[in-house]
Amino acid sequence: MKREILFDLKSPYRHNFQIIGYRFGAGAPRAAIVGSLRGDEIQQQYICSQVVKNLAELERAGRLEPRGEILVIPTANHFSMNVSKRFWAMDNTDINRMFPGYDKGETTQRIAAALFDIVKNYPLGIQLSSFYLQGDLIPHIRVIDTGYQDLAQAREFGLPYVLLRAPTAFDTTLLNYSWQIFGTNAYSLYSGDTENINERTARQAWQAILRFLHRNELIRYETHDGYVSRVIKEEDFHHLTSRRGGMLRRRRFSGDYVNERELLAEIIDPYDGSTLDEIYAPARGEIFFSHQRPLVSQNTLVYRLVQYS
Amino acid sequence: MFDFVARRSINSAHPIPQTAPAMIKTIVAEELPVGEKFEIHKNVIAGQPADGKRLCVVTGTHGDELEGQYVCFELARRLNANLSALSGSVEIYPALNPLGIDSLTRGFPTFDLDMNRIFPGEINGHLIENTAHKIIKDLAGATAVIDVHSSNIFLAEVMQVRVNIDSAAALVPFARLLNTDFIWVHEANTVLRSTLAHSLNSIGTKTLVVEMGIGMRITLDYGNRLVDGLFNLLAELGMWTGARPREISAPLLSTGGEVAYINADTSGVIIPAVEHSRRVRAGDELCRIVSPLEGKVLQNVRAPVDGFLFTLRTFPLVYEGSLIARIYSGQ
Repeated sequence: MKREILFDLKSPYRHNFQIIGYRFGAGAPRAAIVGSLRGDEIQQQYICSQVVKNLAELERAGRLEPRGEILVIPTANHFSMNVSKRFWAMDNTDINRMFPGYDKGETTQRIAAALFDIVKNYPLGIQLSSFYLQGDLIPHIRVIDTGYQDLAQAREFGLPYVLLRAPTAFDTTLLNYSWQIFGTNAYSLYSGDTENINERTARQAWQAILRFLHRNELIRYETHDGYVSRVIKEEDFHHLTSRRGGMLRRRRFSGDYVNERELLAEIIDPYDGSTLDEIYAPARGEIFFSHQRPLVSQNTLVYRLVQYS
Repeated sequence: MFDFVARRSINSAHPIPQTAPAMIKTIVAEELPVGEKFEIHKNVIAGQPADGKRLCVVTGTHGDELEGQYVCFELARRLNANLSALSGSVEIYPALNPLGIDSLTRGFPTFDLDMNRIFPGEINGHLIENTAHKIIKDLAGATAVIDVHSSNIFLAEVMQVRVNIDSAAALVPFARLLNTDFIWVHEANTVLRSTLAHSLNSIGTKTLVVEMGIGMRITLDYGNRLVDGLFNLLAELGMWTGARPREISAPLLSTGGEVAYINADTSGVIIPAVEHSRRVRAGDELCRIVSPLEGKVLQNVRAPVDGFLFTLRTFPLVYEGSLIARIYSGQ
């Protein structure tokens, strides 16, 4: 393992902003793994730290295959994490909406450009991502539909789902999108949690990464085969939104299997405790996403459900 | 794919008070979690005849951009003072992000994405994505929409209209009417495709973005000039028979990449050397970037070209890469 400073930016009063990388193996670039790009992606950074720890152990045990290099970058935004901000603290811009970056542009464009320049030549790319809505998610791999995606390879992570998503205009600035456009097989791994470390889902995520590296013959890491991933698209979801604003009392959570007409949640009047609305499952299926905050506004997504016939 | 949701709704024992006066219309009304409604209002000022023409003036997408507040007030005041000269309707939307404006927040509180990057909206998303969908529906079909922005808190901007190159042919003639100093026709960028203006233009509703001043402030001169420009536009659209503003500026027009960007080469504190909205010559000092701790000048930032300084940083702290100025170098 080689620890390396990949990018260095002077700050007015803080230590220099540095992106640190961990290189395993030697030779041609094979796989790059990128952790938190936002300051609240603590679970994502934790998962990366466990990948580094495991790869270091595998290296000591002689279990790296001599097929090229694996690069792990646990964070490219610890400055925001240290001050409890999600985005770049100076101007509130999102590094993960700046790709492929611009090396003569604004600060976060430069950070994105530097990071992308480092990782763009790796044929396999994995990003630990977080969802823009706060909630519980089933661990899954997300692939942006650019026309270059490899869904069979996405299933090698062995996570329950692979979600193929058609990009919106705003998605075209994500690392995942730029990676795919520049020729990398790119996968966003959503582990289900963001601001808190969930040991169970974190372990599932880093084991999925190691399983993927093993199946691509970069390491020798024997484990079970994981899930036979189900490939889904956005249009496969039932979207259940709130018809009232109030306090959300969830009875069912992501990963729960539910039956048609089963009560999923209630919305409670925050003054007198009466029930304003009840949300029922429209079909039998599995909850893919559930709103996490105890408060919910009207017309807001509360659940996404994958239907099973 | 499936819209059956078996739920029952039970009326709250606490009705939300409705306060909007008669000519004020509510285009979005959604319950917030605790005892409050999130509402977006518009003031519909209707003239005679009601010929179907409609000019919409919208602002306040970013809660820290307040220049449009004065524009809305002054436009409504002048229209109401001479309503008989108006035909069709002028619709004024002073706060597309009322929670942001009322809480000194640039974005929509509780939502991470920039509100002007989520259009045309999403029915099955966050409250504000659903709201964006309704805003588009309400504005669609207007004769013209003027979307008034300030700069953010970091930069001062000359009064300008920004036009995406894809819509330049249709919009520049309208932009010339608005009494601004500058029209910047910029290249299409994928991110800008998710703005309110792009979404409306893509469905055939002519929408112009005005950018002026600085965040968190109101610049009266710009506001008065833009209101003059709006009356000039109304007259051109055949919606106004009252007095037309006597002096309308002839704006500089940038169409082909004649804009130089000046970004900080290092991080520190800037000491300004020039004022905004003036011509500069190549080599002129724009500012110094200094280290207060060491008492050292870290960089003398100089103009790379002759031209018109239309953007200038006013917030003193910079990181490497922070935008300091933009200069239009065309004739």
